[in-house]
Amino acid sequence: MALYSEKVMDHFRNPRNVGVIEDADGVGEVGNAKCGDIMKMYLKIDNDIITDVKFETFGCGSAIASSSMATELIKGRPVDEALQLTNKAVAEALDGLPDYKMHCSVLAEEAIKNALDDYHSKKDLKTEG
Amino acid sequence: MIYADNAATTKMSELALKRFVEVASNEFGNPSSLYSIGQSAKDVLENARADVASVINADPREIIFTSGGSEADNQAIISAAKLGEKNGKKHIISTAFEHHAVLHTLEKLKKEGFEITLLDVHSNGIVTADEVEAAIKDETCLVTIMFANNEIGTIQPIREIGAVCRKHNVLFHTDAVQAIGHLPIDVQEYNIDMLSSSGHKFHGPKGTGFLYAKKGIRLTNLIEGGAQEKGKRAGTENVPGIAAMAEALKAAVANIPQHNDSLRAKRDRLIEGLLQIPHSALNGDRDSRLPGNVNFCFEGIEGESLLLLLDDKGISASSGSACTSGSLDPSHVLLAIGRVHDVAHGSLRLSIEDDITNEDIEYIIRSVREVVEYLRGFSPIWRDLVAGKKQFIL
Repeated sequence: MALYSEKVMDHFRNPRNVGVIEDADGVGEVGNAKCGDIMKMYLKIDNDIITDVKFETFGCGSAIASSSMATELIKGRPVDEALQLTNKAVAEALDGLPDYKMHCSVLAEEAIKNALDDYHSKKDLKTEG
Repeated sequence: MIYADNAATTKMSELALKRFVEVASNEFGNPSSLYSIGQSAKDVLENARADVASVINADPREIIFTSGGSEADNQAIISAAKLGEKNGKKHIISTAFEHHAVLHTLEKLKKEGFEITLLDVHSNGIVTADEVEAAIKDETCLVTIMFANNEIGTIQPIREIGAVCRKHNVLFHTDAVQAIGHLPIDVQEYNIDMLSSSGHKFHGPKGTGFLYAKKGIRLTNLIEGGAQEKGKRAGTENVPGIAAMAEALKAAVANIPQHNDSLRAKRDRLIEGLLQIPHSALNGDRDSRLPGNVNFCFEGIEGESLLLLLDDKGISASSGSACTSGSLDPSHVLLAIGRVHDVAHGSLRLSIEDDITNEDIEYIIRSVREVVEYLRGFSPIWRDLVAGKKQFIL
């Protein structure tokens, strides 16, 4: 029995949507180096649709795989829908994570929420301005 | 495949394996039985005991076979604590980077009212005999310090520490699990009162080990139920395992001089090669370290990802990253030598053996460099470091 599912290993070895969006509409960063995981998500949003998403992750195999899967799950989706994404959905899409690695999927969920919060606050600023 | 995790476990040698099968096939008798096949198994057991004893310059009666290093560590420390308690001495000195078999046993004793002093091991991963001496009090019943560290391979000044303990008449135990078979050990010359060892670290079988306890030290049983091992460790002896362990140990010790020369050169080349990776650092003293141990931190990456990608390249290694242990904290050893969490998560231990070739070493260097560069390529920490938003630590 391998440590991770084939899906996790696939997303770890070939992570999707890796990188940076320089003019992102929303950026979210969660975790800290002390605990060994940091995820950063960049969103490009047009008409409340997530048109592009990129991530950078410092962390273990499941942290990288969770980031990758989460970006796949929200890419091209409406913002409202992305806000509903749960860590469980990320873990399930990866065919499961070991119990002690579930926090990686939590981080992925939080990173997306964080980036969407950033997008909303920027949007509010624009409206107010 | 390149196996570079010999500090975790070693492959059984052909010699040990042959001995194991031979004894398991031909000497199935119970050494406690009176009839001849029992007594024949008993002879195998006692010959193994004599072999093991002679390797460390002990008397065969001073060797108790155990299930491994952890059991030996537990029994040595518990025994010393019980003896101390009887005399009203409840202080134990150790170091912050011992194996958990030692540290967890000490934590248990602390709850029972013992005072535990864990000495600093400094940035080089070495405690000094002067520091041990300064920590000794009238109430000290035991000094327990590992011979060589299991993660960073640093060798402790055991001879000097032994002399200090003898001078102050304090029992001295050393966890020699990583050292035995790699470094010459003489319990009399080094004034070692108790020593723990594990068979599978020197090409013997798993589930074997021994505790050396100097004559006159009354051991406390961890396992009750029979007269085996002079009544100090109940349970029918693992005769094939013990015989194979003794065979492996004899071979390892005979090979020490040659092993040291050739392996040290490969280790040093590996260290040189990995130091070329920017913002990397060797963990632990460069000279006073086991001939096959290399341990590095690479800034901006996490150890488990590194291990998994090295595994894809056919290299088996280990890391002190939290993610490989199932806890949130990285290796207590790396923290003990002053590595901060951020950096300790990005550690790699390569523990090599004689079978590794110079080509393997070059392949490891290339592979580690590639994987570190790749992981840094999408690490947000690395981006901040390069952008100057964070200060490099290494």
